[in-house]
Amino acid sequence: MSDDLKIELGRRYNFAASHRLHSEALSEEENYRVFGKCNNPFGHGHNYVAEIYVSGKVNPATGMIVNLADLDAFVEREVVEAFDHKSLNQDVPAFRDAVPTTENVCIEIFQRLQNFRLAKVERVRIEETGNNSFEYAGEALLDHARSDR
Amino acid sequence: MVYLTRKIDFSASHLYHNPALSAEENKRIFGKCNNPHGHGHNYTLEVTIAGEPDPVTGMVLDLKELKQILEQEITRRMDHRFLNYEVAELRDQIPTCENIVRVIWNLLEPKIKQGHLHKVRLYETPDLFAECYRNGAKPA
Repeated sequence: MSDDLKIELGRRYNFAASHRLHSEALSEEENYRVFGKCNNPFGHGHNYVAEIYVSGKVNPATGMIVNLADLDAFVEREVVEAFDHKSLNQDVPAFRDAVPTTENVCIEIFQRLQNFRLAKVERVRIEETGNNSFEYAGEALLDHARSDR
Repeated sequence: MVYLTRKIDFSASHLYHNPALSAEENKRIFGKCNNPHGHGHNYTLEVTIAGEPDPVTGMVLDLKELKQILEQEITRRMDHRFLNYEVAELRDQIPTCENIVRVIWNLLEPKIKQGHLHKVRLYETPDLFAECYRNGAKPA
């Protein structure tokens, strides 16, 4: 009966970063109309929470899908170090040409985690604030990533 | 289909140790969770039932009934217990979040008579949790 069950492990990571929502494709007025105060040229910041879901076989010797130390080290290196106390627009290459909305941050983080070999990264859920959250489980790609393929 | 979720808390101690491995291997794999005296957590359990509301009562499952099932099957069994030694279902397993959530699924599923068990999520800390659902069921 249990063989039919799927187990996922969820882990939450924190990072604080600034961003500015602004599109080069829009005029100054349009940017302000679309993005409102998020278009402030000096940017603003959030305490983000990234919730990472992984799945895989639970190893009978350890009781684990993946050793938390390995998952933590990977996410710290690939995501937290790259995003924490950074300006998403200026410090994360993916957002040179894409608006760093949390939708796009979800996609970027999901893609960065696809190189993890010890478990399957199922989805990423990000809380931009306590009231806004976004979730991504694959399929869509940022335009820049699509053109890379 | 409507999804109904009930949340409960319990506090328990555990330790991670596999007797088939050497002391050094246990330490390397499990780190501080291998402390032989154990340690504890405040666990939070979220149980989601899926079903259609009964046309007469408007309920998928009477919450009082779900509360009793959770009290009987989970709280009495696990609250203020040492999971390795006092919960028979976990005796031959490492009591990780992954294993506990599966034990909880197997305890609850046969008891849910209205609607069906859709998902179980167990938080070991606010930043670490495991969830269990049937293969192919969309996590809602």
